[in-house]
Amino acid sequence: MLCQHCHKNEATTHIKTMVNGDYAEYRLCSACANELGYGGMFPDFTADFGGMLSSFLGAALPARSGAARCHSCGSTMNDIKKSGKVGCADCYELFLSELMPTIRSIHGNTEHIGKRPVIEYTKVDDDRKDEKKTDPADRLTDLKAKLKKAIEDEDFERAAKLRDEIRKMEAE
Amino acid sequence: MSEAVVSTRVRLARNLKEYPFPIRLSEKQAVEVADKISKALADCDIKFHRIDLSTLSDAQCVSLLERHLISPDFVTARQGRVVFLSDDNTVSIMVNEEDHIRLQVIHEGFAPDEAYAIADRLDNHLSRRLKYAFHERLGYLTQCPTNLGTGMRASVMLHLPALDMTGAVHRIGANLSKLGLTIRGLYGESTRPVGAFYQLSNQVTLGITEKAAIDNLRNITTQLITQEMKARENILNDIEVEDKIARALGTLKSALIMDHSEAMSLLSLVRLGVSSKKLNTLSTDSIDKLIVEIQPASVMTRCGEDLSPRDRDIKRAEMIRERVN
Repeated sequence: MLCQHCHKNEATTHIKTMVNGDYAEYRLCSACANELGYGGMFPDFTADFGGMLSSFLGAALPARSGAARCHSCGSTMNDIKKSGKVGCADCYELFLSELMPTIRSIHGNTEHIGKRPVIEYTKVDDDRKDEKKTDPADRLTDLKAKLKKAIEDEDFERAAKLRDEIRKMEAE
Repeated sequence: MSEAVVSTRVRLARNLKEYPFPIRLSEKQAVEVADKISKALADCDIKFHRIDLSTLSDAQCVSLLERHLISPDFVTARQGRVVFLSDDNTVSIMVNEEDHIRLQVIHEGFAPDEAYAIADRLDNHLSRRLKYAFHERLGYLTQCPTNLGTGMRASVMLHLPALDMTGAVHRIGANLSKLGLTIRGLYGESTRPVGAFYQLSNQVTLGITEKAAIDNLRNITTQLITQEMKARENILNDIEVEDKIARALGTLKSALIMDHSEAMSLLSLVRLGVSSKKLNTLSTDSIDKLIVEIQPASVMTRCGEDLSPRDRDIKRAEMIRERVN
C-alpha cells in the first residue's frame, strides 16, 4: 500500500502511536517516517556532528606559502588545495604548518599513536645522528630517555636497538 | 549477529618513501613502484597473482569492483595500475590507486580482529622489504590527509532492512561521525545504498590506535545490530511485511526478466525472511553469494561480454531461479 502521508511511495513502516490520547496506526514510507520523526530509534545518537569533512581543504586555508614549491615533486600549496591531495612525503614537511589545521579538523588529533613500520628508517637515523656530536655521558642520558619513550610507544624493535647501544656504551 | 553482518574488510594505505604519491607519479615511476611491490611479495607466505589493469576488459575490471577487490576510483584510469590478488581472493593489494599500496583483507561475517591480523602480518612483511613514507608525528603518510596516521580503514557490510524500512538509517549517518565512524552505500564513497546493504567504517585514523579503532567499530556495530533486531521484531509481526517477503520469494522463483536493482530489493527482503526464520528456503550465505554473482559485470564475465542489458536481465533471472528453486 502507499504511504499515508505522501501518497506516492510504497509504505515500508507501520507506526503505532498515541495522538491526543487516542491510539492511531499509520503506514508510511521511509522518507516520511523520518520526516515525521518516527525514524528516531537512536536516542543515544542525538547530537548532529555532520559535515565535518565538507570544509575539507577548502577556501579556509590561507595560501601563505602559495609560491613555495616542493623540491621533490613540484607541488605548491595551491596545487594541494585544488586537488585535496598531497604530492609526496616531503610535501608534508614543507607545508606542515599549512596542512595542520585541516588535519586537526579531519581527525581531531595531530599525533599518531598507532603502529609503526617494523623497520623504520628515519628514526634509527635520528638516533645515530647525535652520536658524534655529544660527549658520552650526555649521549647515554639521551639514549635512556629515547629508550623510555620507545617502550612507552611499544616500539620494541627500536627499544631493543637502543638497549643494545646503551649496554655497549656502559661496557666501554 | 552474523545475520546482519555480511562481511568485514580491513584496508591499510601505505606509500613508498622515495616516490611521489600517485597524483605526481610518472608512468615510468608507476611501473617501478609496481615492480618493487611485486618483488617484495615474491617470498610472502600468501601467494599472489599480478593483474595489470591495462590488460583487462571493462567487464573484467568492473567485476573485480563488484567483488570489492578494487575500488571504483581504481578503474577510472588503468595505466600503471596493478592489483595483486591472493588465490582465494580474500587479500588484494591495489598498486597506484590513491596511494602506492592499498592492502585489503576481506573476511566473511563479523571478523575485524581476524581480518586485521592478516593485514598486519602482510604489512610487516612489506615493511621489511620496502621503505615506507612514515612521519614521527603524522604516522603513515598518505596522498589524502584523511588517511594519515594508521592508514587503516576497517569496515563491516551490514544488512539493515528493518532500520531501512523505518527510515532510521537516514538519521544515523550524521550522528555516527561524532563517534569517528561513517556509514554509506554498498560500493563505498558516494554510492546509494542498494537493498538495505550498508558499509560502516572508521573515519578517524590519526591519534587512534588500530586496536581502538577496531574496538570502536565493533561496539557501534553491536549497537546497530541490536537496534536492527529490535526493529525487526516490530516489523515482522506486521502481515504487510510478511506478505512482502513472501511475494519477493515468489517473484524470484518465477520471474523471467530481472534487472539488478529489482533483484537486490527482492533478495534483501528474502534475506530478512530467512534470517528471521520466516522462510526456510536458502541460507543467508547462499543469498550473499548470489548477491555478488548477479551484479551486472559479474553476469557478463560469467555468461559472455557481448550480452545486451536485456539479455543480461534474462540471464540474471535464470541464475536466480536455479538457485532459489
